[in-house]
Amino acid sequence: MSVAPTYDLGKLNGGLRLPGEKEKSTARSIQVVPVPHQLVLPLTQHSGNPAQPVIGIGEKVLKGQLIADADGALSAPVHASSSGKVVAIEPWPVSRRYGEAAPCVIIECDGRDEAFEPVEPIVPYDSLPPDSLLQKILQGGIVGLGGAVFPTAQKLMQANTQPLELLLLNGVECEPFISCDDMLMREQASEVLKGAQILMYALGLGKCYLAIESDKSDALHRIAAVLAELNDERIVLKLVPTIYPSGGEDQLVQLITNREVPSGGLPTDVGCLVQNVGTAAAVYRWICQGEPLISRVTTLTGDGVTTPMNVLVRLGTTVADVVAFAGGYNDRAKQLVIGGQMMGKSVTTDSVPVVKATNCILVMSRPAPPLDERPCIRCGECAVVCPVVLQPQELYWFACADDEVKLRQHGLTDCIECGCCDLVCPSHIALTASFRQAKARIHELADEKARAERARRRFEARTMRKEIDEQKREVELAEQKRAAVTAGPKEIQDMVERARLRKRPPERTKKGPED
Amino acid sequence: MWISILIAVATVTGIALASGLLLGFASRRLPSGSESLVDQVNDVLPQLQCAKCGYPGCRPYAAAIVNEDAAINLCPPGGDETVRRLASLLDREPLPLADAASTVSMSSLAVIDEPLCIGCGWCREVCPVDAIIGAHHYMHTVIARECTGCELCVTRCPVDCIQLVTAR
Repeated sequence: MSVAPTYDLGKLNGGLRLPGEKEKSTARSIQVVPVPHQLVLPLTQHSGNPAQPVIGIGEKVLKGQLIADADGALSAPVHASSSGKVVAIEPWPVSRRYGEAAPCVIIECDGRDEAFEPVEPIVPYDSLPPDSLLQKILQGGIVGLGGAVFPTAQKLMQANTQPLELLLLNGVECEPFISCDDMLMREQASEVLKGAQILMYALGLGKCYLAIESDKSDALHRIAAVLAELNDERIVLKLVPTIYPSGGEDQLVQLITNREVPSGGLPTDVGCLVQNVGTAAAVYRWICQGEPLISRVTTLTGDGVTTPMNVLVRLGTTVADVVAFAGGYNDRAKQLVIGGQMMGKSVTTDSVPVVKATNCILVMSRPAPPLDERPCIRCGECAVVCPVVLQPQELYWFACADDEVKLRQHGLTDCIECGCCDLVCPSHIALTASFRQAKARIHELADEKARAERARRRFEARTMRKEIDEQKREVELAEQKRAAVTAGPKEIQDMVERARLRKRPPERTKKGPED
Repeated sequence: MWISILIAVATVTGIALASGLLLGFASRRLPSGSESLVDQVNDVLPQLQCAKCGYPGCRPYAAAIVNEDAAINLCPPGGDETVRRLASLLDREPLPLADAASTVSMSSLAVIDEPLCIGCGWCREVCPVDAIIGAHHYMHTVIARECTGCELCVTRCPVDCIQLVTAR
C-alpha cells in the first residue's frame, strides 16, 4: 500500500494555507466524558423537520432507546444517550445559525447507564439486501457528521437514483483547530474502513477514495496499516494538500476527480457520493454493533481551556460539562465558539448541548479585534481566494443594495461561507457576514412571496364564492317574487300566516324572577 | 426601369398597408393589454387584502389604479418600496405614502383571546382570506399560517378579543 502523495489531483480554486493549530488537541488520545447528571437532546439535530417525541415527561428511558422519531423526508430520529428520566420537553439554548433556542428533550441521568435491549446487529452486513440496509441506516439516527448534518440514509437513497461511480470518504479536516476526524482515524481506523465497506455494499459501488490531508501523517499511517490488513483493493487512499477549504464537499470532489459540481447541484451530479469518516464509523457501529448515533468525537481546544483534547462525548452533554471534565476554562477564556475558527458560530452560553453536528468546542482567549471597516478598494483579493470562483466584491455591493436578482445571478447561493474572503480583505470588510444576511433575506423574500401568493388565491376564491352566493340569492328572491305574483288567495293566506308565526316572540314557560 | 421602381414602391406600400390594417384590427378587436396590466400591478401589491387603500382588496385596488387612475401611494403595508415599483411599472411619478402612520404589516398575526370569544362570527365574515374558522355561538380561532395580519377582524370584534401580535 503506497502512502506517497498522489499527484493526479484536480485543482482547487483559491483557498488559503492557514496556520495549523491541531497539535494542541492531538497530544492525548480520545478521552471519554463520563455520564453527566443531565442530558439535553434537541429535536433538531439534522437539517429537516424536527423529530417527533415518542416518550412522555416523567417516563424512564434507557441508553440507546428511541425518544423521537423522524418526521418527513429530511428528518432523522433521536436516541437517548444514557439511562434516566425525562424531566421536560422544552426550549433550550442551542448552537445553530438561525434562532437561539430549540425544543429539547431533557433527561435527568441516573448514572447507571443501562442499555436498552440491544438491537440485533447485522453480521455479516451483506446478509441484508442493500435496500433494507439503507432503511436500517435511517433508523439509527445517523446524519452527516461533517457539520451539514444531512440525514445519511436520505443522502444514500437520493444518491441511489443517480448513476454513481465513486464513494468519497472525507477525512480532510481543513479547519485549523479541529482534529476530531484526525483522532478518529488514528484510533478507530478499522471502524471507518468497515463503515466504508458497508456504504459501498449498500450503494453497489466498487470504488472508494479516502481523502486525507497531508498534515495528518499519523492518521494516514494508521489507516494504511489497517487497510493492508483488510486487504480491500477497492479502497484507495488519496493524500490532498493542506489548503483551506479542501474539506468542503464540492471542493474535495473537484480536488480528487477534477470534476466541477454544477451550480446548485450536488456531488452526485458528477457521480460522487461524499461521506465524512465519522459518519462511516457511525454506520459501522449501528449496523454491526447495534449502537445508534448517541455519541461522537469532539475537539475541545483553544487557548481558553486548560487541557485541549479530543473527547468521546454523549450527545446532549452540555458544553459546560465537557469543559469541566477537561479541567475547566483558564483565565484567558473570553469567547466560546461551536465549530471551527472559520465557520463556527459564537455562542453566549455554555449550557448549549453537544449535538450530532458539534465537531469542535473552541474557547478563544479574546474575540477577534473588531477592526475598522473601510471602503472596498476593489483590489480583487477576495475573488482570488474564493474556492467557488465567485466575485465577493461584486456580491458585497449587491448585498448592500439588497438586489436579490443580481445576487442570484452572481451565484450567492453557491457561497459556502468559508470565510476566506474575510481573512484577505485589506479593508476588513465582514463579507461572509453580509452574505449570510443576504441569504437569509433572500429566503425571507421567497417566503413572503409564497405567502402573498397564497393570500391572493384565497382572496380570489373567497370573492368568487361571494359572487356565486349573491347570484344564488338573487335567483331565490326572483323565484319568491314570482311565486307571490302568481299566487292565489289560499297561498297568500298561508304566507301571511307563516310571517305572523315568525314574528311572534317565543312563549315564556316560566315567570321571570323580576315579577 | 420605371416598372421595377413602381413594383418595389407598390410592394413596400402594400406590406405597410397590410400590417397597418392588421395592427389596427388587433388593437380594436383583441382583448387589450389592460387585463394583464391589472395582474402585473396586483403582483406588486403585498396581498394583505387589508383594504387600507379604500378598495375591498388588492386586486380591486390594482384594477382601480389601472382603470380609474387611482393614486399609487395608498398601500400602507407595501410601503415606499411598493410605491417605487408601481411608479416604475406604470411610468408615473412616485409619491410619498399617503398613510405613513399605519402599522399594518405582513409580519403581524391576529390572535383571538379564546376564553373571551362569544362566537358571533363577525370576524369570520370580514376575514378576506378565510383564515378564521369557528361555528356560530362557539369559539373562533385564526389559522396562523393563512392570516395576513390585515387588522380587519380587530375592529370588527364586538368584545375586543382579537389582538395583533408580531409573529414572523
